[in-house]
Amino acid sequence: MTRLTRRYTFSASHRLHSAAMSEEENADLYGKCNNPFGHGHNYVLEVTVRGPVDAVSGRVVSIGALDGYVQREVIRRLDHKDMNHDVPDFADLVPTSENLSVVVEKLLRAGWGDSFGAASLDAVRVQETKRNLFELRDL
Amino acid sequence: MEMLITRKAEFSASHRCYNPQLSEAENHALYGESAESHGHGHNYVIEVTLAGHPDPVTGMIFDLKRLKEIIRREVVDPMDHRYLNHEVKPFDTVIPTPENIAREVWNRLEPQLRFQNAKLHAVRLYETDDLYVDYSGADS
Repeated sequence: MTRLTRRYTFSASHRLHSAAMSEEENADLYGKCNNPFGHGHNYVLEVTVRGPVDAVSGRVVSIGALDGYVQREVIRRLDHKDMNHDVPDFADLVPTSENLSVVVEKLLRAGWGDSFGAASLDAVRVQETKRNLFELRDL
Repeated sequence: MEMLITRKAEFSASHRCYNPQLSEAENHALYGESAESHGHGHNYVIEVTLAGHPDPVTGMIFDLKRLKEIIRREVVDPMDHRYLNHEVKPFDTVIPTPENIAREVWNRLEPQLRFQNAKLHAVRLYETDDLYVDYSGADS
């Protein structure tokens, strides 16, 4: 089995606050991440694709095509945005990096179809800071 | 449950991704700058992961010094500071994409790493910090 992973970056802000909890509960649970005006991160996104290596190209997937797709479907929607206000997926969803990983997977999955032949989406990894990594795998 | 141990190594080499069966334009569309005629190089990083069970006497899955030596002999020495397409088989006929290099690293190491309590689990090849390939054999 061959898996190819490509790494991307984007910068975005968020505030962790759940409408289902009181102000105090939010402050307790999310700490600094609950500060009212939000804050930002330089996110690192790794997208892993698995599939057979094409006999002609020697590739699992065209890097150029994957870059264009991830740029269009994910990076453009998130880069230099306030996730709570600018990204509709987070209208009713707390933009924790767990939820961000799920949203990214959904965005990538939506238009995937047969755009990349036999290559399928294998994993999504979101690094919020160098100390926090969130991974969805065997998708 | 099996345990995994990983040893890392590096080599620097040049390559060109170009398929003579395709036109110049097709090659550039497919490989971009990697199709340029005189090639270019990378500092490749490989991560070699073994799966196994620690030996009750030594407490080790495998002696990492021996693993380092096998990686050096089979991969680093033949590939370091070489132009892969011209100097390292099978890249005279196999396009040295990171996918194919990862598989070749696996093919060179796997026969050397068949032990009762340890075997090769995966090879990861970084072409750059932003692109890597994992290969874990043809059948898995």
